[in-house]
This record gives sequence, C-alpha cells and structure tokens, in this order.
Amino acid sequence: MSTALSTALRADGRPLLVPYVTGGITADWTGFLRAYQEAGADAIEVGLPFSDPMLDGPTIQEASDRALARGATVESILADIAATPLRVPVIVMTYANIVLRIGVPALAAAGVRGLIVPDLPLEESAGLEAAAAAAGVDLVLLAAPSTPDDRLREIGARSRGFVYAISVMGTTGERAALAGSAAVLAARVKRATDLPVLIGFGVSTPAQAAEAGRAGDGVVIASALMRRVLDGATAGALGADVAALRTALDLGVSPGTPHAEVSGHRG
Amino acid sequence: MTVVMREPAAGGRFGEFGGRYVPESLVPACLALEQAFRDAWADPAFRQELDGHRRTYAGRPTALTAARNLSAELGITLLLKREDLAHTGSHKINNVLGQALLARRMGKTRLIAETGAGQHGVATATAAALFGLRATVYMGARDIERQALNVFRMNLLGAEVIPVTSGSRTLKDATNEAMRAWVSAVEDTHFCLGSVAGPHPYPWMVREFQRVIGDEARGQVAAELSTGVPDVVVACVGGGSNAAGTFAGFADTGARLIGVEAAGGAAVSAGEPGVLHGSRSLVLQDRHGQVAEAHSIAAGLDYPGVGPEHAQLSGLGRARYVTVTDDEVLAAVRRLAEREGIICALESAHAVAWVLRAAGTAELPAGSTVLLTLSGRGDKDMSQLMEGLR
Repeated sequence: MSTALSTALRADGRPLLVPYVTGGITADWTGFLRAYQEAGADAIEVGLPFSDPMLDGPTIQEASDRALARGATVESILADIAATPLRVPVIVMTYANIVLRIGVPALAAAGVRGLIVPDLPLEESAGLEAAAAAAGVDLVLLAAPSTPDDRLREIGARSRGFVYAISVMGTTGERAALAGSAAVLAARVKRATDLPVLIGFGVSTPAQAAEAGRAGDGVVIASALMRRVLDGATAGALGADVAALRTALDLGVSPGTPHAEVSGHRG
Repeated sequence: MTVVMREPAAGGRFGEFGGRYVPESLVPACLALEQAFRDAWADPAFRQELDGHRRTYAGRPTALTAARNLSAELGITLLLKREDLAHTGSHKINNVLGQALLARRMGKTRLIAETGAGQHGVATATAAALFGLRATVYMGARDIERQALNVFRMNLLGAEVIPVTSGSRTLKDATNEAMRAWVSAVEDTHFCLGSVAGPHPYPWMVREFQRVIGDEARGQVAAELSTGVPDVVVACVGGGSNAAGTFAGFADTGARLIGVEAAGGAAVSAGEPGVLHGSRSLVLQDRHGQVAEAHSIAAGLDYPGVGPEHAQLSGLGRARYVTVTDDEVLAAVRRLAEREGIICALESAHAVAWVLRAAGTAELPAGSTVLLTLSGRGDKDMSQLMEGLR
C-alpha cells in the first residue's frame, strides 16, 4: 500500500537517510531538526523519552534521562515539533507505555507522520495499527535477525511507510563494524515486502552507513549522533555530521559521483 | 464467577492484562519458551525430576507452623507457611529450579536474572551451580549497597553480579538491563525471570512453578483446621510471585485472598494501567507515562509494577490488595521474632504487619483463621534491621 510516508521517502532512488534526535534533549533541540533537514535528511526520527527504554543502549538511555531530567514531557516535545516547520516527515520513536497513554491523534495533531514502537510486536500492535491508520500516521513495524520468514511476510504486509530492520541482536548503540546480520536481514526483508527497508541499530560511521545503504534502502542513525549531542556538539556540528553521512550514502551506491552533483541534486 | 488462576487466554492475557510487549528480537525466544514450558509441564518425567529436586535439595514440603503465641494474643488462628525454611532462604528456589531444568531441557547453557533483595539472584546462582550452568545476575547499585551479604553469596556460588547504575538503581532498572542482555545472548541464554511479571509465558509459568506453595498449604491447612480452608490467605506482593503461588492453591475456595504491598511500592493499590517489562499491568507512573521510582525498606518490594494476574484478581475483586508502612514492617519483624522465634525477611513482614493491624477489626474479626505465607528469612536484612530497630 502506498502511503504518505513511503511516498515521501521514495522521492528519489537514492538510499534514505533518517537521523535521530531525542526530543527535548536541550532547550533549543528543534535546531537539530532544521540542521538535519538542511544536511539532506529524508525524514527525521524523534525519540519521545521513556523512563525504561528496554531496547536502548547506554547512549540513548543517557539522552532519555537527560531530557526527562530537564523537564521535557511528551506534550512539550510534541508542541516543539508542531512549532517547527519542516519539509521532511517526522517519525516518532517511543515505547508502548507512552504511546498507549497519549494516543496517536495527539501525534497526528503535532504533524507527526510515522511512528515506531519497539516493544509492540505483531501480536500486540493490531489496536495501534487501526488507530494510526485512522489518524493518518504510518505505524512502522520492526524486523529482527531472529524473525522467521513467515513473520517477516506478516511484518511486511502490516508495516506502513517502511520496515525497520534491526541490524543486530542487541540494543541501540555504536559498534565498531556493521553486523554481518544487517545485510542478511535486509535481503530477507526485501524478499518479503515491496516497502523500503531501513537498517538501524549500530550504524555509526559514514562508511557503515554506505555499507548499510548498499544492503537496504536506507539507514537510521541514532546513537552516533546522540553521543555527539551529549558531548555538547551544536546543531551546526551535527548538521555537518549528517551531511557527511549523506555524502557517504550517496557515494556508496554511485562510486565516483562527485559530492557537488549530489548536493545540487538535493537542491 | 469468573474462573481465575488457570491458563491465561491466548497471547498470555489475564483479562485486559498480560500479553507480550517485547521487541521483535525477543518474540521468537518467548514463543520457544512458551512451547518448551507447555511440553515440559505436560511431561510426567519433567514433573517427577522437578519434584525430586524439590524434596531432596530444596527441602520441600516446607513446614506449616501454627503461630500459637501470636494467635493467642490476636484472638485468631494464624498459620505460617514456612518458605523461609526452603533452601537459599526463600520461596524463590521453587521457580528457579523449574526454570533451570527447563533451560537445560532447551539446551541453554547460561542463566541471566534480575534481582532486588538478592534472594532471586541467590536462588538463580544456586540452581546454576547445581545444574552446571553459568549465571549472570543484574542488580541495582543501590540494592547492592543494601544487600551486600547476598552479593557475596552469589559470588561464592560462582555467579557474576553486574551492578546496574541507570535510573533508580533498583529492581526496575536491573530488570531493564537483564532484558537488554537477553536480546544480545538469546541463542545460548535463558532469562530466569524471578517474578510473575514480564512477557508471556513468564507470569503464567512462574505462578505454576510457585503454586507448590499453595498446593502444599492447602493440604497442610486442611489437616489443621476443622473448616478445611482458612478464612483468609495473606502474602506480600512486590512482583507477586509468592502471593500468586499461594493464592493458586486457594483460588477455587471461599478463602479471602489478601496481597500486602509496600506503601511506597503499591502498584495495585496506587498504580494505573500501563506497559512495563513486557506486560500490561498496573504500574506506578506519572501522568505522562513515565514510570515512578518505588520506595520500600524491603528491596524485594521496591518495584513500581506488579504481575498482570494480580491486576486481574484485583479488578475482579477475587483478591484484595492493601498496603503497610516501613514502620509497621519493622515492628512486625520484631514481634514475630519475640513471640514465635522466627526472624522473617522484610518482604514477608509486610504480610505479618497487615495481620497485626487487621486482627480484631472488621477486616479480620476475632476467631478468624489465617494462612500467611512467610516468603523468606531475615538473615539478609540484619544490617538494615540493626539500623531500623536501634
């Protein structure tokens, strides 16, 4: 099924780049959204922090704790998103307890186009799928290296926007190399669905992004960026990081393509 | 009347509670565990082997003790189910023996566990030693300070204890970390969850491994009381495993079931529906859905959630959940020690404290018969007791 998010994500044939930021991580955190967009992001993933992020490693845990400690709430983050005009779609990542409490309409009202809930597998997601569809928000389902083929087909059939391929059996977090399971899973998911397949978890460097971009249709980059934010990097610096990822991704599929041409293409 | 404490509905539902809210990465492992448990629980050879370990290793059946002095003072008949006499000092061994045998049957070579007071961690380390499995126990840094003795016990048993420094540094955070570790190690590792919480099949499976408490007590009480069944069955509730095991033996009787929560960790009494650690249940949380930190003198009850079956039992009115304060708990430890010569765990003392408060009131009129599960012994709590009772 063609939906708003997947249409937006299929605007051109190059690998998709979806950088992440924890909502409310700093007072002026929406500056990261603008910087990501200007640096060539195809969509932006915003984490709504949760006190008990079961699938997150130390970096996103620390980012979540810091955002909550400085008083960020789901409401304040959604208000910030609503007040930030962006050309690229915003996808929210949060845990079941948060989204079941606030409901999808609140996300839609803030302009959120997609939703990822890592602790809501197929067996528990039917209610939220219906609510998301009614609100015009794409509920993106996740696939893991441990997912058998029959489940992959159902995930492909029920996911909206894209399928999020968890590259590795583990939590979010930077890794020295892209797991071998990433390419294997991406190929399996692509056989199971026509939706774009984005690879996330442990995609840390431009080189890894390029590698993942060759295996799937794009990448989600979270911990590597949030480590920089936690260390105090500015929106401008993060924009440069995302631009480097953009370049590597684009070169990854068209070796030798000059960066200038790519930038020009992005307009 | 709704039949309760049987097999949960499809997907692990206890009414509107339960389920399997885990990352996709863990779903195949949860499905495999459910199937393995179903097969094992229906296999007489598995039951026989477990029963043998319970008798010859864990010291079951545990005694039923008539608390004669307290009974006389309170004007009731108080019977104590003595899980404090089980090997390792608490009821936790019942569940762990079952899960360790199951892990071995599934070909797993390592156990990971979360622990609060350390009792479940000690039980896990014990079973791992017995069955030749490796064990890694996640424990909140704050609990490690409070329960240094149990940390040493786990180490002595050959287990690795990993301090958890995130969040409130207690059981909640240790559980998060154990689940994260399981995702990375699911191939060779069984997550030996210690309570009737977590994703399906844990709430059901752990209750079934713990129902030996209630099943034994049912027979023992019948021999003590002319009525056959006590008026009231009471147990402390953190995640709620000893209470679930106890209640399971009496759910089909007319006995009133009372779960006693810590005033600072009362998920049933003060929580709202939510999803924590893999199941939908009642959870202490703020209005934004952020999970609250629990506060109890008993590390084992310092938990903002509760097993989903307790949420169901409460909603149906089949069990009632009450709270007691830390001060009442300390007084209860002392009174049980002085009158009956039993030093119980701070967790178990919650149940005692409720009986002391309720006896002679409309809640527990004179002449009532009470079965109380004393879930563990107090040795681990000596330094806290020295401070609290000074």
